[in-house]
Amino acid sequence: MEYVRYIDKTRDYYAKLGHEKAYAWAHNESAPFTPLAKPLSESRVTLISTAGFTLVPEEGLSGEEMARLRSGGSNMGSYDLEVWPIPSDLPEERILYIVGNHDRSQSDMADPNTFFPITRLREFQAEGVLGSLSRDFFRLKENYSQRKTLEVDAPEVLRRCREDNVDVALLTPV
Amino acid sequence: MSLVARHLEENGIPTVAFSNARDISTSACNPRLVFTNYPLGNPAGRPHDRENQREILTVGFRLLEEATGPGEIVDTPFQWSEDREWMRLIFSDEQPFLSEEAEAERQMLLDKNRLAKKGANGGAP
Repeated sequence: MEYVRYIDKTRDYYAKLGHEKAYAWAHNESAPFTPLAKPLSESRVTLISTAGFTLVPEEGLSGEEMARLRSGGSNMGSYDLEVWPIPSDLPEERILYIVGNHDRSQSDMADPNTFFPITRLREFQAEGVLGSLSRDFFRLKENYSQRKTLEVDAPEVLRRCREDNVDVALLTPV
Repeated sequence: MSLVARHLEENGIPTVAFSNARDISTSACNPRLVFTNYPLGNPAGRPHDRENQREILTVGFRLLEEATGPGEIVDTPFQWSEDREWMRLIFSDEQPFLSEEAEAERQMLLDKNRLAKKGANGGAP
């Protein structure tokens, strides 16, 4: 099967820019495994993503500000949280993709369901495919430090999942 | 992100990851993986295509219910476009991943954040 070799391509790209040390991508030979304890239709499901979005304030933003943020490369207060709880009943219109650190020429990232399928999951829950949704979903800060992911993000996500009796987690890395 | 999945799984919470970067996800070894050959940023389906999004999520639900051991990968059959031009262009000279200006701005923001954090910690590393 043909697919993009991101590890090779990023290594070559940064080497060309003069970076001497290549990024060490996580590498494991095996994975832990927990089987599903009960059917999804009886499970409490959460969603976790590293997609680079922020939340539009309830009072909205000016068109100019929206356009500026949408263009990528921006930063905004809460975007800096390591683990950011996003209420699972949040209207999708409040989710605004703002980072420009990957190729965005193929998509304007205007449909949050492609990277944070909040509306789709509510539909599946309403149809009974999923038992319930966690109170909050989670957005994790884009983190190139594996140490930080392991020491800060992962335990915090686990703590919050346990607190809300989450049975299953869906992940959408970006 | 795979590290988070692995941590949850180790602690009794089953996971499935949806990815557009097959090599990165398989290198980290996810407990369960659904790969769709779309550009980065679209792991849960094609924009404004509810049916496609539902199909991809459903593949993940099935994998959750049917996987009997770790490391299972399902490659969905969907193609982003008829031609493969978007794949060739990624990180090519015609389409650098970031413009120089965007990269400079990103580095500036990162520096600013580092400084702000240093300040908050009273200068401790």
